[in-house]
Amino acid sequence: MLRRSPMAFVAVLFALVLAACGSSQGSLSSTSSAPASTQTSATAPERIVSLSPPATESLFAIGAGDQVVAVDDQSNYPAQAPHTKLSSYQPNVEAIADYEPDLVVISYDPTDVVKGLKKLHIPVLLQAAPADLEGAYAQIEELGDVTGHSNAAAQVVTDMKSRIAGLAEGKPGAGLTVYHEISPDFYSATSQTFIGSVYTLLGAKNIADAAGGKAPDYPQLSAEYVVDSDPDVIVLSDTKCCSQSEKTVRSRPGWDQLSAVKGGDVVPVDDDIASRWGPRIVDFAEIVAQAFQDAGT
Amino acid sequence: MIAVRQRRGAILPGLSAAWLAAGLGSVVAAALVALAVGPVDLGLSSIGRELLSHVPFLDVKSPMTATEDAILWQIRAPRVALGLLVGAMLASAGAAYQGVFRNPLADPYLLGAAAGAGLGATLVIAYSHGGASRDLRPLAAFVGAMVGVGAAYLLGRSVAGRTTATLILAGVTVASFLTAVQTFVQQQNTDTVQEVYAWILGQLETSGWREVALALPYMVVSWAVLLLHRRLLDVLAVGDEEASSVGVDVSRVRLIVLAAATLGTAAAVAFSGLIAFVGIIIPHAIRLVVGTSYRIVLPLSLCFGAAFLVLADVLARTVAAPAELPIGVVTAFFGAPFFALVLRTTRMVGT
Repeated sequence: MLRRSPMAFVAVLFALVLAACGSSQGSLSSTSSAPASTQTSATAPERIVSLSPPATESLFAIGAGDQVVAVDDQSNYPAQAPHTKLSSYQPNVEAIADYEPDLVVISYDPTDVVKGLKKLHIPVLLQAAPADLEGAYAQIEELGDVTGHSNAAAQVVTDMKSRIAGLAEGKPGAGLTVYHEISPDFYSATSQTFIGSVYTLLGAKNIADAAGGKAPDYPQLSAEYVVDSDPDVIVLSDTKCCSQSEKTVRSRPGWDQLSAVKGGDVVPVDDDIASRWGPRIVDFAEIVAQAFQDAGT
Repeated sequence: MIAVRQRRGAILPGLSAAWLAAGLGSVVAAALVALAVGPVDLGLSSIGRELLSHVPFLDVKSPMTATEDAILWQIRAPRVALGLLVGAMLASAGAAYQGVFRNPLADPYLLGAAAGAGLGATLVIAYSHGGASRDLRPLAAFVGAMVGVGAAYLLGRSVAGRTTATLILAGVTVASFLTAVQTFVQQQNTDTVQEVYAWILGQLETSGWREVALALPYMVVSWAVLLLHRRLLDVLAVGDEEASSVGVDVSRVRLIVLAAATLGTAAAVAFSGLIAFVGIIIPHAIRLVVGTSYRIVLPLSLCFGAAFLVLADVLARTVAAPAELPIGVVTAFFGAPFFALVLRTTRMVGT
């Protein structure tokens, strides 16, 4: 039929395309109400959209939670944050603009969303993963400055610093080696990351550092290298994503021989606190410091 | 197009003993190199004595600790074995696809095996959170590959006046559609995108000998069928009509060879992701250097495909050690210049 009738061919083509559009019509109509003149950088923003889970946690910690109107689908903490389906991995300018924000915080900009939002005169703050805790502190202070909560942010940072200093005192990780697991195919984090800087502060030696220089800051290690390194402590930050546990680690070929497995020094942690550079990074440091103390004695 | 006419058949009625020995020798050599080299230096003499300690009546004591033993036999050796299987499978399936379609650019992924497997793996990675994801992934990739090729075959058959070209077009159509769905699912679940990419770039991931044991039966069946059909592929090479005139049921041979090659490819893809290039360059390198008869190309593709992939994996494991490179990157990065060299230094056989 399609070969003989050009009109039928065109009709079918359009019907298919329009049928596909029909299902997403809601988002088309909503663009008409996109804000154009809500930029009031002189005063504190009142409609913040956070597409960064660590920034969401920091905003609520510094008392700017009431100004947040939407957070992305990965921002699952704190519970009272206004959760939406906005994507932080594939941020969409239209979807963000729909919330009429006067500040957007993102941690990752694969789709050039910064440029898109600037065209709409919406201020954007890009806070990428820092290389150390100093960078994490600076971002919290920056959030405080732009939201009008400088003092509270400074207080949060001071508390974090003093807790970290308390943990780092006496270097509980001194003389210990640690393997930080991000995923079960042995992605890890070197000392050039904010995760790694926690281990450095606690005095432990990170086995992923051998991959440094040649490899990315989050390298995929060889299984045999991890086994051969025989780390004293294994920190699993793939407990939620990938259901890893002391038991699954023990069942990996060759891993039952490792000192950390034999000595009970496999430490499961919540993926979120071990991958976000907000205030809860100190909770992560606390768990690790405790594990180092247990392993050292 | 390289006509796979048997030009040198008079000189080489079958595979010469020298080439067969070279093929098998390269497999053994590659396997030994891969066992000896890795991010962890186990020591050559130590590995040698460990190997000898398993030979009865020699009374050699292994110098290895329990951990070193586990690294060699539970981590390194299974990966080498999986590399041998996958390399042999992709190269021989590639040779078979090229024969069936009389198309030099055919590879085992042509009819939607890659796209189908990719969709299956992506669905599992995206929607089954937790440990189940890793166990289900091979099964989903396997089923996806079989479904993709099956759909392409049925679509190609349903077209009037079917030729190999219609089948290829059907494959392209199915592959584009499945890839579109795969990309959509991937974009909807961007938190798992890194895992999807890691899978697509290919990796020889083993947890002990499980993967090898699961993949082996499918591949053995596939190889047996392909090798039994190597003469018929030679007949097919001269053209459908000519083959029919000497009594070959062309569409039946085509279906059996495609089914066998797809079964093996699906098993390879299930455990290694999408490793590019092996299925194309190995068979062609053999055609250029040794000869174009499938009695030569199929068995030698098996051997050299295995050796090539294992050596590529040695590089993937050691270049950035103790970090790893995706093996698909290595096969293409070193495979392309290697093939360019083969192209330049040989005269074209049978164009």
